[in-house]
Amino acid sequence: MTQLLSIKGLHKSYGKTEVLKGVDCDMQQGDVVCIIGSSGSGKTTMLRCINMLEDFDAGTIELDGQTIGYETRGGQRHRRNEREIAQQRALTGMVFQQFNLFPHMTALDNVTLGLVKVKKMERAAAVELAEHWLDRVGLLARKGHYPGQLSGGQQQRVAIARAIAMTPKLMLFDEVTSALDPELVNEVLQVIKDLAREGMTMLLVTHEMRFAYEVATRVIFMNGGRIGEEGDPKKMFHSPTTERLGEFLKSSGFS
Amino acid sequence: MNQSFLDVLWLARMQILQGLGMTLLISALAIVVGTFVGVFVGLALTYGATPLRWLARIYTDFIRGTPVLVLILASYYILGTVGVHLDAFQAGVLALAVFCSSHIGEIVRGALQTIHRGQTEAAKAIGLTFSQTFLYVLMPQAARQAMPSWVNTAAEIVKASTLLSVIGVAELLLTNQQIIARTFMSLPFYFSCGFLYFLINFGIERFGKYVERRLAISTN
Repeated sequence: MTQLLSIKGLHKSYGKTEVLKGVDCDMQQGDVVCIIGSSGSGKTTMLRCINMLEDFDAGTIELDGQTIGYETRGGQRHRRNEREIAQQRALTGMVFQQFNLFPHMTALDNVTLGLVKVKKMERAAAVELAEHWLDRVGLLARKGHYPGQLSGGQQQRVAIARAIAMTPKLMLFDEVTSALDPELVNEVLQVIKDLAREGMTMLLVTHEMRFAYEVATRVIFMNGGRIGEEGDPKKMFHSPTTERLGEFLKSSGFS
Repeated sequence: MNQSFLDVLWLARMQILQGLGMTLLISALAIVVGTFVGVFVGLALTYGATPLRWLARIYTDFIRGTPVLVLILASYYILGTVGVHLDAFQAGVLALAVFCSSHIGEIVRGALQTIHRGQTEAAKAIGLTFSQTFLYVLMPQAARQAMPSWVNTAAEIVKASTLLSVIGVAELLLTNQQIIARTFMSLPFYFSCGFLYFLINFGIERFGKYVERRLAISTN
């Protein structure tokens, strides 16, 4: 097992509100870590710091041997320039709650854009790779469709293909089924399960307790900007050691 | 004085065509340069760091609050006093381009602000730089939003180009006024002149509709 991600003492405030109050987290290659917790506990913010969609105030994030977002020069902490940050972002792939596909591009072009512009692949090779991943999420037949012509579940599967085609070291999933109609949730979760089974390293913020229970190698329970409890989902869900997690699981309908 | 309007029109055809050509050239230059600069003004208004954003804000508000005629007179007469000597044509194009850029800047800002934040985030997440994000993700969506207002502004520029007659640029209106001064046929020449302006703006509108269709996003 190789260490892939190491977060130490992560702090983040919005104005006077401290959202992350010192979070530590390590991930090995192949880990599937689910972050659970009530809204406002800092789950999504933690995820967004890893690819610098949010700046953070203190602490370090080390991913695949690189210190993300900031560097220390002469004892001072400096934000890396935009070009470096853009390159570091390619280490991770992110899937969003609202899909965020590019509406003016076909499913295929949504996937090839990053391959051609960031990975500098030849168009033909990019198309081949994009078609491979669209096939994997079961949407090769829809490659010429625009996002507006696809259902929410299909859009989210294209978004997964777009992220994973970039061959990231770590996949970040931010409540990816929360905006979907209930009958579309499973087709998306199935795609994620398949990726997990193949050894993709992923960090997921989710409200799907059943999914976390079945798929996660480790669960992190966030509580008030700190890690409240973490460990094996089977143990944690059946015998939570903190009262707060017990309450949360009960209110989430997991028993 | 027994000549009919059509006879006079035929005799003056080259002069009118030259005036029309001048109007087209001035308008096209002002719209192209104004749009190009306006996109950057819009970017500065939307994403610029504080000093740049304020600079762009002052620029657009100041220019938009000034009558075009004043801009034209200023670039023709005032720039000369500080050592920048432009002929009437150059001064006119400059004034109209500046006027155009301030309007396009506001239009671009408005269009960019309607695009959901998630679009920029998704583009960043796959590792695109800001300029790539703008070029491939934001601009195509903003262009579609901005097209109807862009057509309005372009038509305004064509109409505002008539004001260059004041500093002696032989554009379409001044040409017609010269013919009228010679022939006293004011009504038919003003009418035909107006018709030509209508044709130009009709052409711009059709072009705008065409681009809008090309950029249309399929939803079914």
